Amino acid sequence: MAEQNVVLNNPEQGMTREQELIALVQRGQNELFYELVRPYERRVYAAALAILRNETDAEDVAQEAMLKALANLRQFRAEARFSTWLIQITVNEALMRRRRERTGLMEGVDDRRDEEGEYAPRDFADWREIPSEALERKEVRQKLAQALASLDRKYREVFVLRDMEQLNIQETAEALGISVASVKTRLLRARLMLRDLLAGGWDQGWFSRLPFEKGTKPW
Amino acid sequence: MVNRELSCELVWKEISNYIEGDVDASLREGMDDHFRSCKGCASVLAGTRNVIELYGDERMIEVPAGFGQRLQRRLNQSARSRKSTWSTWSAWLVPVAALALIAGGLRWANSLTPPHPMLSEHAQPGHGIPPDMIVVVSQGAKDFHRPGCDVIHNKDRVRTLTAKEAIREGYVPCVRCLRKYVQVASAAHGSPEPQSSVEINAELDDRSLRSR
Repeated sequence: MAEQNVVLNNPEQGMTREQELIALVQRGQNELFYELVRPYERRVYAAALAILRNETDAEDVAQEAMLKALANLRQFRAEARFSTWLIQITVNEALMRRRRERTGLMEGVDDRRDEEGEYAPRDFADWREIPSEALERKEVRQKLAQALASLDRKYREVFVLRDMEQLNIQETAEALGISVASVKTRLLRARLMLRDLLAGGWDQGWFSRLPFEKGTKPW
Repeated sequence: MVNRELSCELVWKEISNYIEGDVDASLREGMDDHFRSCKGCASVLAGTRNVIELYGDERMIEVPAGFGQRLQRRLNQSARSRKSTWSTWSAWLVPVAALALIAGGLRWANSLTPPHPMLSEHAQPGHGIPPDMIVVVSQGAKDFHRPGCDVIHNKDRVRTLTAKEAIREGYVPCVRCLRKYVQVASAAHGSPEPQSSVEINAELDDRSLRSR
Protein backbone atom coordinates (compact mmCIF):
# COMPACT_ATOMS: atom_id res chain seq x y z
CA MET A 1 0.00 0.00 0.00
CA ALA A 2 2.79 2.34 0.96
CA GLU A 3 4.57 1.45 -2.25
CA GLN A 4 1.49 2.31 -4.27
CA ASN A 5 1.27 5.69 -2.62
CA VAL A 6 4.84 6.41 -3.50
CA VAL A 7 4.06 5.73 -7.13
CA LEU A 8 0.99 7.93 -6.99
CA ASN A 9 2.91 10.75 -5.49
CA ASN A 10 5.64 10.52 -8.06
CA PRO A 11 3.89 10.34 -11.39
CA GLU A 12 7.08 10.45 -13.40
CA GLN A 13 8.38 7.38 -11.58
CA GLY A 14 6.68 4.25 -12.83
CA MET A 15 3.38 5.78 -13.88
CA THR A 16 2.37 6.72 -17.37
CA ARG A 17 0.43 9.90 -17.90
CA GLU A 18 -2.62 7.76 -18.61
CA GLN A 19 -2.32 5.92 -15.31
CA GLU A 20 -1.82 9.20 -13.55
CA LEU A 21 -4.93 10.68 -15.18
CA ILE A 22 -6.98 7.63 -14.28
CA ALA A 23 -5.92 7.93 -10.65
CA LEU A 24 -6.69 11.64 -10.57
CA VAL A 25 -10.13 11.26 -12.14
CA GLN A 26 -10.89 8.38 -9.81
CA ARG A 27 -10.16 10.77 -6.98
CA GLY A 28 -12.67 13.27 -8.31
CA GLN A 29 -10.87 15.45 -10.83
CA ASN A 30 -13.48 14.89 -13.51
CA GLU A 31 -12.27 17.84 -15.53
CA LEU A 32 -9.24 15.73 -16.54
CA PHE A 33 -11.37 13.00 -18.05
CA TYR A 34 -11.37 14.45 -21.54
CA GLU A 35 -7.60 14.51 -21.57
CA LEU A 36 -7.69 10.85 -20.59
CA VAL A 37 -10.06 9.74 -23.36
CA ARG A 38 -8.97 12.10 -26.09
CA PRO A 39 -6.43 9.70 -27.64
CA TYR A 40 -9.24 7.15 -28.06
CA GLU A 41 -12.14 9.31 -29.11
CA ARG A 42 -11.74 8.35 -32.78
CA ARG A 43 -11.63 4.66 -32.01
CA VAL A 44 -14.66 4.93 -29.78
CA TYR A 45 -16.56 6.61 -32.59
CA ALA A 46 -15.43 4.00 -35.12
CA ALA A 47 -16.57 1.16 -32.87
CA ALA A 48 -20.00 2.72 -32.48
CA LEU A 49 -20.24 3.41 -36.21
CA ALA A 50 -19.34 -0.18 -37.10
CA ILE A 51 -22.33 -1.38 -35.14
CA LEU A 52 -24.85 1.37 -35.82
CA ARG A 53 -23.85 2.46 -39.35
CA ASN A 54 -25.28 5.89 -38.75
CA GLU A 55 -23.03 8.83 -38.00
CA THR A 56 -25.47 10.67 -35.75
CA ASP A 57 -26.26 7.60 -33.69
CA ALA A 58 -22.58 6.67 -33.55
CA GLU A 59 -21.62 10.08 -32.21
CA ASP A 60 -24.38 10.03 -29.64
CA VAL A 61 -23.46 6.54 -28.48
CA ALA A 62 -19.77 7.50 -28.37
CA GLN A 63 -20.66 10.36 -26.04
CA GLU A 64 -22.92 8.17 -23.93
CA ALA A 65 -20.18 5.58 -23.65
CA MET A 66 -17.69 8.19 -22.50
CA LEU A 67 -20.13 9.42 -19.85
CA LYS A 68 -20.69 5.87 -18.70
CA ALA A 69 -16.95 5.32 -18.53
CA LEU A 70 -16.58 8.45 -16.42
CA ALA A 71 -19.34 7.36 -14.07
CA ASN A 72 -17.80 3.92 -13.69
CA LEU A 73 -14.12 4.75 -13.74
CA ARG A 74 -13.74 3.66 -10.13
CA GLN A 75 -14.53 0.14 -11.28
CA PHE A 76 -11.71 0.17 -13.82
CA ARG A 77 -8.91 -2.10 -12.73
CA ALA A 78 -5.35 -1.25 -13.53
CA GLU A 79 -4.49 -4.64 -14.95
CA ALA A 80 -6.80 -4.06 -17.93
CA ARG A 81 -5.98 -1.83 -20.87
CA PHE A 82 -7.92 1.38 -20.55
CA SER A 83 -8.54 1.64 -24.30
CA THR A 84 -9.97 -1.89 -24.37
CA TRP A 85 -12.22 -1.16 -21.44
CA LEU A 86 -13.46 1.98 -23.15
CA ILE A 87 -14.12 0.20 -26.44
CA GLN A 88 -15.98 -2.59 -24.67
CA ILE A 89 -18.26 -0.07 -22.97
CA THR A 90 -18.85 1.56 -26.34
CA VAL A 91 -19.70 -1.72 -28.06
CA ASN A 92 -22.09 -2.57 -25.28
CA GLU A 93 -23.79 0.82 -25.53
CA ALA A 94 -24.05 0.53 -29.30
CA LEU A 95 -25.49 -2.99 -29.15
CA MET A 96 -28.05 -1.85 -26.60
CA ARG A 97 -28.98 1.10 -28.78
CA ARG A 98 -29.42 -1.14 -31.79
CA ARG A 99 -31.56 -3.57 -29.88
CA ARG A 100 -33.63 -0.75 -28.49
CA GLU A 101 -34.20 0.92 -31.80
CA ARG A 102 -34.38 -2.30 -33.76
CA THR A 103 -32.20 -0.83 -36.42
CA GLY A 104 -30.53 -4.19 -36.81
CA LEU A 105 -33.60 -5.90 -38.20
CA MET A 106 -32.73 -5.05 -41.76
CA GLU A 107 -29.37 -6.70 -41.43
CA GLY A 108 -30.23 -9.48 -39.07
CA VAL A 109 -31.31 -12.09 -41.56
CA ASP A 110 -27.86 -13.22 -42.59
CA ASP A 111 -26.95 -14.15 -39.03
CA ARG A 112 -28.95 -17.36 -39.34
CA ARG A 113 -26.65 -18.83 -41.90
CA ASP A 114 -23.61 -17.64 -40.01
CA GLU A 115 -20.31 -18.88 -41.32
CA GLU A 116 -21.17 -22.22 -42.82
CA GLY A 117 -19.17 -23.39 -45.79
CA GLU A 118 -15.72 -22.46 -46.88
CA TYR A 119 -14.76 -19.18 -48.39
CA ALA A 120 -12.52 -19.31 -51.41
CA PRO A 121 -10.62 -16.15 -52.29
CA ARG A 122 -11.22 -14.73 -55.73
CA ASP A 123 -8.55 -13.16 -57.88
CA PHE A 124 -6.07 -14.72 -55.58
CA ALA A 125 -3.16 -14.28 -57.93
CA ASP A 126 -3.79 -10.63 -58.63
CA TRP A 127 -3.06 -8.67 -55.50
CA ARG A 128 -0.84 -5.65 -55.63
CA GLU A 129 0.11 -4.12 -52.37
CA ILE A 130 -1.44 -0.79 -51.48
CA PRO A 131 1.16 1.15 -49.49
CA SER A 132 -0.05 2.84 -46.36
CA GLU A 133 1.01 6.21 -47.80
CA ALA A 134 -1.95 5.85 -50.14
CA LEU A 135 -4.17 6.51 -47.10
CA GLU A 136 -3.23 10.16 -47.38
CA ARG A 137 -5.64 10.26 -50.26
CA LYS A 138 -9.25 10.71 -49.33
CA GLU A 139 -10.34 8.75 -52.38
CA VAL A 140 -8.45 5.71 -51.17
CA ARG A 141 -9.83 5.99 -47.67
CA GLN A 142 -13.34 6.26 -49.06
CA LYS A 143 -12.92 3.16 -51.18
CA LEU A 144 -11.63 1.22 -48.21
CA ALA A 145 -14.52 2.47 -46.08
CA GLN A 146 -17.02 1.51 -48.77
CA ALA A 147 -15.56 -1.97 -49.02
CA LEU A 148 -15.85 -2.37 -45.26
CA ALA A 149 -19.41 -1.01 -45.22
CA SER A 150 -20.42 -3.55 -47.86
CA LEU A 151 -19.64 -6.48 -45.57
CA ASP A 152 -22.41 -8.21 -43.69
CA ARG A 153 -22.78 -6.93 -40.18
CA LYS A 154 -21.34 -9.94 -38.43
CA TYR A 155 -18.14 -9.78 -40.45
CA ARG A 156 -17.80 -6.04 -40.26
CA GLU A 157 -18.16 -5.90 -36.49
CA VAL A 158 -15.55 -8.55 -35.83
CA PHE A 159 -13.14 -7.05 -38.33
CA VAL A 160 -13.47 -3.53 -36.90
CA LEU A 161 -12.98 -4.64 -33.32
CA ARG A 162 -10.02 -6.88 -34.05
CA ASP A 163 -8.20 -5.11 -36.87
CA MET A 164 -9.14 -1.48 -36.38
CA GLU A 165 -9.77 -1.27 -32.64
CA GLN A 166 -6.97 -3.74 -31.91
CA LEU A 167 -8.92 -5.81 -29.41
CA ASN A 168 -7.63 -9.35 -29.23
CA ILE A 169 -9.73 -12.34 -30.27
CA GLN A 170 -10.93 -13.06 -26.76
CA GLU A 171 -11.84 -9.44 -26.08
CA THR A 172 -13.69 -9.22 -29.38
CA ALA A 173 -15.68 -12.33 -28.50
CA GLU A 174 -16.56 -10.94 -25.09
CA ALA A 175 -17.52 -7.53 -26.43
CA LEU A 176 -19.88 -8.98 -29.02
CA GLY A 177 -21.11 -11.85 -26.89
CA ILE A 178 -20.09 -14.53 -29.37
CA SER A 179 -17.71 -17.48 -29.20
CA VAL A 180 -14.00 -17.29 -29.89
CA ALA A 181 -14.48 -19.80 -32.70
CA SER A 182 -17.07 -17.53 -34.32
CA VAL A 183 -14.72 -14.57 -34.06
CA LYS A 184 -11.97 -16.51 -35.81
CA THR A 185 -14.22 -17.72 -38.60
CA ARG A 186 -15.79 -14.34 -39.19
CA LEU A 187 -12.45 -12.63 -39.06
CA LEU A 188 -11.05 -14.93 -41.71
CA ARG A 189 -13.97 -14.25 -43.98
CA ALA A 190 -13.91 -10.52 -43.40
CA ARG A 191 -10.23 -10.30 -44.21
CA LEU A 192 -10.49 -12.45 -47.34
CA MET A 193 -13.58 -10.63 -48.59
CA LEU A 194 -11.97 -7.26 -48.10
CA ARG A 195 -8.92 -8.45 -49.90
CA ASP A 196 -11.09 -9.58 -52.80
CA LEU A 197 -13.02 -6.33 -52.84
CA LEU A 198 -9.85 -4.29 -52.92
CA ALA A 199 -8.20 -6.52 -55.48
CA GLY A 200 -11.26 -5.95 -57.66
CA GLY A 201 -10.67 -2.26 -57.21
CA TRP A 202 -7.57 -2.55 -59.30
CA ASP A 203 -9.59 -3.62 -62.27
CA GLN A 204 -12.11 -0.85 -61.72
CA GLY A 205 -9.37 1.74 -61.60
CA TRP A 206 -9.86 2.73 -57.95
CA PHE A 207 -6.19 3.26 -57.48
CA SER A 208 -5.36 4.08 -61.09
CA ARG A 209 -3.53 7.26 -60.19
CA LEU A 210 -1.30 5.65 -57.64
CA PRO A 211 2.34 5.69 -58.65
CA PHE A 212 2.92 2.08 -57.72
CA GLU A 213 0.23 0.68 -59.96
CA LYS A 214 2.40 0.09 -62.93
CA GLY A 215 5.14 -2.44 -62.81
CA THR A 216 5.49 -5.95 -61.72
CA LYS A 217 3.70 -7.62 -58.88
CA PRO A 218 5.62 -7.73 -55.64
CA TRP A 219 5.84 -11.50 -55.66
CA MET B 1 6.97 -34.51 -45.91
CA VAL B 2 3.39 -34.33 -44.79
CA ASN B 3 3.56 -30.54 -44.61
CA ARG B 4 4.03 -30.19 -48.33
CA GLU B 5 0.72 -31.90 -48.88
CA LEU B 6 -1.35 -29.05 -47.49
CA SER B 7 -4.10 -28.10 -49.88
CA CYS B 8 -4.74 -24.50 -50.92
CA GLU B 9 -8.20 -24.78 -49.33
CA LEU B 10 -6.70 -25.70 -45.97
CA VAL B 11 -4.22 -22.84 -46.26
CA TRP B 12 -6.99 -20.35 -46.98
CA LYS B 13 -8.95 -21.66 -44.05
CA GLU B 14 -6.05 -21.20 -41.70
CA ILE B 15 -4.53 -18.08 -43.18
CA SER B 16 -6.12 -15.74 -40.68
CA ASN B 17 -4.99 -17.88 -37.76
CA TYR B 18 -1.55 -18.05 -39.34
CA ILE B 19 -1.33 -14.27 -39.34
CA GLU B 20 -2.56 -14.21 -35.73
CA GLY B 21 0.21 -16.65 -34.76
CA ASP B 22 -2.55 -19.00 -33.74
CA VAL B 23 -1.45 -22.20 -35.48
CA ASP B 24 0.74 -24.94 -34.08
CA ALA B 25 4.35 -25.31 -35.12
CA SER B 26 3.73 -28.17 -37.47
CA LEU B 27 0.97 -26.37 -39.39
CA ARG B 28 3.02 -23.19 -39.50
CA GLU B 29 5.92 -25.05 -41.03
CA GLY B 30 3.64 -26.65 -43.59
CA MET B 31 2.07 -23.31 -44.50
CA ASP B 32 5.48 -21.65 -44.78
CA ASP B 33 6.46 -24.32 -47.27
CA HIS B 34 3.20 -23.93 -49.13
CA PHE B 35 3.58 -20.16 -49.50
CA ARG B 36 7.06 -20.64 -50.91
CA SER B 37 5.80 -22.91 -53.61
CA CYS B 38 2.28 -21.56 -54.30
CA LYS B 39 2.17 -18.03 -55.69
CA GLY B 40 -1.58 -17.88 -55.47
CA CYS B 41 -1.64 -18.53 -51.74
CA ALA B 42 1.34 -16.23 -51.24
CA SER B 43 -0.77 -13.58 -52.97
CA VAL B 44 -3.67 -14.22 -50.66
CA LEU B 45 -1.34 -13.97 -47.67
CA ALA B 46 0.22 -10.72 -48.89
CA GLY B 47 -3.17 -9.24 -49.66
CA THR B 48 -4.64 -10.23 -46.32
CA ARG B 49 -1.70 -8.74 -44.46
CA ASN B 50 -2.02 -5.60 -46.53
CA VAL B 51 -5.72 -5.33 -45.66
CA ILE B 52 -4.92 -5.65 -41.95
CA GLU B 53 -2.19 -3.05 -42.18
CA LEU B 54 -4.32 -0.56 -44.09
CA TYR B 55 -7.41 -0.81 -41.93
CA GLY B 56 -5.32 -0.81 -38.78
CA ASP B 57 -3.95 2.58 -39.71
CA GLU B 58 -5.24 5.43 -37.55
CA ARG B 59 -5.93 7.45 -40.70
CA MET B 60 -8.71 5.05 -41.62
CA ILE B 61 -10.82 6.35 -38.77
CA GLU B 62 -12.51 9.58 -39.68
CA VAL B 63 -14.79 11.40 -37.30
CA PRO B 64 -17.32 14.11 -38.17
CA ALA B 65 -16.08 17.69 -37.98
CA GLY B 66 -16.35 19.10 -34.46
CA PHE B 67 -16.69 15.67 -32.88
CA GLY B 68 -14.04 16.33 -30.26
CA GLN B 69 -15.44 19.70 -29.24
CA ARG B 70 -18.95 18.34 -28.92
CA LEU B 71 -17.70 15.45 -26.80
CA GLN B 72 -15.74 17.77 -24.57
CA ARG B 73 -18.74 20.03 -24.15
CA ARG B 74 -20.98 17.15 -23.15
CA LEU B 75 -18.45 15.84 -20.67
CA ASN B 76 -18.16 19.29 -19.13
CA GLN B 77 -21.93 19.61 -18.89
CA SER B 78 -22.08 16.27 -17.18
CA ALA B 79 -19.34 17.23 -14.75
CA ARG B 80 -21.28 20.36 -13.83
CA SER B 81 -24.54 18.51 -13.35
CA ARG B 82 -22.78 15.86 -11.28
CA LYS B 83 -21.48 18.59 -9.06
CA SER B 84 -24.92 20.10 -8.69
CA THR B 85 -26.32 16.66 -7.96
CA TRP B 86 -23.74 16.37 -5.22
CA SER B 87 -24.60 19.76 -3.87
CA THR B 88 -28.26 18.73 -3.80
CA TRP B 89 -27.25 15.72 -1.79
CA SER B 90 -24.96 17.67 0.39
CA ALA B 91 -27.71 20.20 0.96
CA TRP B 92 -29.57 17.38 2.68
CA LEU B 93 -26.65 15.55 4.18
CA VAL B 94 -25.03 18.54 5.77
CA PRO B 95 -28.08 19.68 7.72
CA VAL B 96 -28.76 16.13 8.81
CA ALA B 97 -25.22 15.83 10.08
CA ALA B 98 -25.40 19.28 11.58
CA LEU B 99 -28.65 18.48 13.35
CA ALA B 100 -27.10 15.37 14.78
CA LEU B 101 -24.21 17.39 16.08
CA ILE B 102 -26.52 19.97 17.53
CA ALA B 103 -28.49 17.25 19.26
CA GLY B 104 -25.26 15.88 20.55
CA GLY B 105 -24.27 18.92 22.49
CA LEU B 106 -23.86 22.05 20.47
CA ARG B 107 -26.04 23.88 22.87
CA TRP B 108 -23.00 24.36 24.97
CA ALA B 109 -21.01 25.61 21.98
CA ASN B 110 -23.75 27.99 21.02
CA SER B 111 -23.62 29.60 24.39
CA LEU B 112 -20.17 30.83 23.54
CA THR B 113 -21.40 32.83 20.56
CA PRO B 114 -24.53 34.61 21.59
CA PRO B 115 -26.89 35.56 18.77
CA HIS B 116 -28.37 38.92 18.10
CA PRO B 117 -31.85 39.62 19.44
CA MET B 118 -34.60 39.08 16.91
CA LEU B 119 -35.02 42.07 14.65
CA SER B 120 -38.78 41.91 15.03
CA GLU B 121 -40.23 41.57 18.46
CA HIS B 122 -43.58 40.41 17.10
CA ALA B 123 -42.18 37.61 15.04
CA GLN B 124 -42.17 34.05 16.06
CA PRO B 125 -38.98 32.10 15.98
CA GLY B 126 -38.72 29.39 13.38
CA HIS B 127 -38.96 25.83 14.48
CA GLY B 128 -37.07 22.95 12.94
CA ILE B 129 -35.53 24.95 10.14
CA PRO B 130 -32.55 23.07 8.74
CA PRO B 131 -29.60 25.18 9.84
CA ASP B 132 -27.84 24.98 6.51
CA MET B 133 -30.89 25.79 4.43
CA ILE B 134 -29.89 28.49 1.99
CA VAL B 135 -31.91 31.60 2.62
CA VAL B 136 -31.75 35.21 1.53
CA VAL B 137 -32.12 38.44 3.43
CA SER B 138 -32.46 41.89 1.97
CA GLN B 139 -31.04 45.08 3.28
CA GLY B 140 -33.29 46.81 5.76
CA ALA B 141 -35.72 43.91 6.08
CA LYS B 142 -36.27 41.74 9.13
CA ASP B 143 -37.23 38.47 7.51
CA PHE B 144 -35.23 35.78 5.89
CA HIS B 145 -36.69 33.92 2.93
CA ARG B 146 -36.15 30.93 0.75
CA PRO B 147 -34.69 32.07 -2.57
CA GLY B 148 -37.50 32.86 -4.97
CA CYS B 149 -40.04 33.83 -2.32
CA ASP B 150 -42.59 36.31 -3.66
CA VAL B 151 -42.43 38.70 -0.76
CA ILE B 152 -38.75 39.48 -0.65
CA HIS B 153 -38.35 43.22 -0.43
CA ASN B 154 -35.58 45.01 -2.19
CA LYS B 155 -34.81 41.97 -4.33
CA ASP B 156 -31.85 43.49 -6.05
CA ARG B 157 -30.00 43.88 -2.74
CA VAL B 158 -30.31 40.45 -1.25
CA ARG B 159 -27.64 38.50 0.55
CA THR B 160 -27.43 34.72 0.64
CA LEU B 161 -26.62 32.92 3.87
CA THR B 162 -27.68 29.87 5.83
CA ALA B 163 -30.73 29.77 8.03
CA LYS B 164 -28.49 29.37 11.02
CA GLU B 165 -26.57 32.51 10.18
CA ALA B 166 -29.75 34.43 9.49
CA ILE B 167 -31.18 33.43 12.84
CA ARG B 168 -27.95 34.35 14.55
CA GLU B 169 -28.15 37.77 13.01
CA GLY B 170 -31.65 38.22 14.35
CA TYR B 171 -33.62 37.67 11.17
CA VAL B 172 -36.96 35.91 11.52
CA PRO B 173 -38.47 33.37 9.16
CA CYS B 174 -40.81 34.69 6.48
CA VAL B 175 -44.36 33.69 7.29
CA ARG B 176 -45.02 32.95 3.64
CA CYS B 177 -42.22 30.82 2.37
CA LEU B 178 -41.23 29.37 5.75
CA ARG B 179 -44.75 29.15 7.06
CA LYS B 180 -44.60 25.52 8.01
CA TYR B 181 -41.74 26.11 10.40
CA VAL B 182 -43.49 29.07 11.98
CA GLN B 183 -46.79 27.19 12.29
CA VAL B 184 -45.09 24.29 13.95
CA ALA B 185 -43.58 26.73 16.38
CA SER B 186 -47.01 28.22 17.12
CA ALA B 187 -48.58 24.84 17.63
CA ALA B 188 -45.76 23.82 19.88
CA HIS B 189 -45.97 26.99 21.92
CA GLY B 190 -46.54 26.27 25.55
CA SER B 191 -46.18 22.55 25.12
CA PRO B 192 -43.10 20.47 25.69
CA GLU B 193 -40.85 20.36 22.66
CA PRO B 194 -41.14 17.20 20.64
CA GLN B 195 -38.11 15.08 21.20
CA SER B 196 -37.56 14.50 17.52
CA SER B 197 -37.41 18.10 16.42
CA VAL B 198 -34.00 19.45 17.06
CA GLU B 199 -34.38 22.99 16.04
CA ILE B 200 -32.21 25.92 15.33
CA ASN B 201 -34.20 28.25 17.42
CA ALA B 202 -33.12 26.28 20.42
CA GLU B 203 -30.14 28.54 20.08
CA LEU B 204 -32.41 31.53 20.42
CA ASP B 205 -34.07 30.02 23.42
CA ASP B 206 -30.69 29.85 24.94
CA ARG B 207 -30.23 33.56 24.75
CA SER B 208 -30.62 33.62 28.45
CA LEU B 209 -27.23 32.05 28.57
CA ARG B 210 -25.80 35.34 27.45
CA SER B 211 -26.44 36.82 30.82
CA ARG B 212 -24.14 34.38 32.44
